[in-house]
Amino acid sequence: MPTEDRKDPAAPAVRFERVTKRFGDHTVLDGLDLEVGRGERVTLIGPSGSGKTTILRLLMTLERVTDGLVLVDGQPYSHMPRGAGGKLVPADERHLAVLRRRIGMVFQQFNLFPHMSVLENVVEAPVHVLGEGREEARRRARDLLDLVGLGDKAEARPTRLSGGQQQRVAIARALAMRPEILLLDEVTSALDPELVAEVLDVLRDIARNTDITLLCVTHEMGFARDVSDRILMFDRGRIVESGPAGELLESPTHARTRAFLGSVR
Amino acid sequence: MWDGEAARAALPAVLEGFGVTVLATVPAFAVAVVLGLVLALVQRAGPRWLALPVRAAATFVRSTPLLVQLFAAWVLVPALDAPVLGVLVLGVHYATYLSEVYRTGIDAVPRGQWEACTALSLPRRRVWRAVVLPQAVRNVLPPLGNYAVSMFKETPLLSVITVHEMVHEANTFGSTHFAYLESFTLAAAVFLLASWPTSVLVRRLEERLAH
Repeated sequence: MPTEDRKDPAAPAVRFERVTKRFGDHTVLDGLDLEVGRGERVTLIGPSGSGKTTILRLLMTLERVTDGLVLVDGQPYSHMPRGAGGKLVPADERHLAVLRRRIGMVFQQFNLFPHMSVLENVVEAPVHVLGEGREEARRRARDLLDLVGLGDKAEARPTRLSGGQQQRVAIARALAMRPEILLLDEVTSALDPELVAEVLDVLRDIARNTDITLLCVTHEMGFARDVSDRILMFDRGRIVESGPAGELLESPTHARTRAFLGSVR
Repeated sequence: MWDGEAARAALPAVLEGFGVTVLATVPAFAVAVVLGLVLALVQRAGPRWLALPVRAAATFVRSTPLLVQLFAAWVLVPALDAPVLGVLVLGVHYATYLSEVYRTGIDAVPRGQWEACTALSLPRRRVWRAVVLPQAVRNVLPPLGNYAVSMFKETPLLSVITVHEMVHEANTFGSTHFAYLESFTLAAAVFLLASWPTSVLVRRLEERLAH
């Protein structure tokens, strides 16, 4: 039976139920439960290797869960029902193709297509996934490039741009798919320090002016405070502390969080 | 030793053979370029029941001498004319090499490119056509050029199935006029004159792509 888009409006945007992810003997996520509300902005912090990025990669289906269940808008995502009993089995590519479109991702290394112009990068998915007309897609792409301050770079090759500019193109490219959930995976970590601000400013704008659900992994605590409703502190595949951004950053209760925040400031 | 008169007399025959050599190389390389890509894609992205036998067949062809394959085809497929057969065997033989070249080009496309395609939900076909193959082919243009030169220099093998390419013509002229030195020297010079500029072009291309 083909997967249908049956969104449950009351359900959280993202829900992890006892999700475990192992790479060989190494357990990255250990029975994790997590909920992200629709339109909520959540930032994941913690030492590297604590499983933050894996959460984003599981949501983007770049990795598959070892155990447990991921739901998006109340629908099983990592798994799909099969047969009369609706028994859940690991999702196949066709199931994922339907639900994955609601999610977009911006990567640490930008991952722009180097052989296409900036505009072609942004137009590619709307035309070939959403089935938009080329003219319509180009018009929207130009608007998005204006939004990220690169309206004059539409015809340039990505490799001619600075890291900060490339990352802003990547943001425009992700937004062109009109995602309901946007995943930001250490989007400023590969940038020279003086280029970080221009990328974060664009993202602050987006957070302010849209109701998109945001999941960020970042070491930029100022940015986390500005955009997040909630911050989750991770350590060794578990959430050790979570709370409203200001509260968690100002007065962390857990020793592990205090030590971590001390190390990144 | 060197008989200038004989060399001049040999020139038309050698050049005629050169025409045949070029006429064999160009379509054979076209076959190799297209079939090589198909072989690479089937092995990389095709269903297992197809990928495994294709891999086995490609390995078999790659591991046996072109000369033997020419003889075998000559005996087994008498229905085809020698030049057509020669072009096909040469093309298939090189396709198995080029499939490996394409494979390295595909492997050289960074993982982040595939991940970006997943994040954009691009359909599999589109990922290959619009993102992976354009980059993979660009990666392998220099080695493809080198294989073209190398194939060009292997066309004399076609003479064993009676294709009258350049070396065959040189040999014939040599035996009828007792002027092997002149005719073979001419053939060698023509090979050099054709191969060398091509290699220079390939190197230029390589340098340009490196930037």
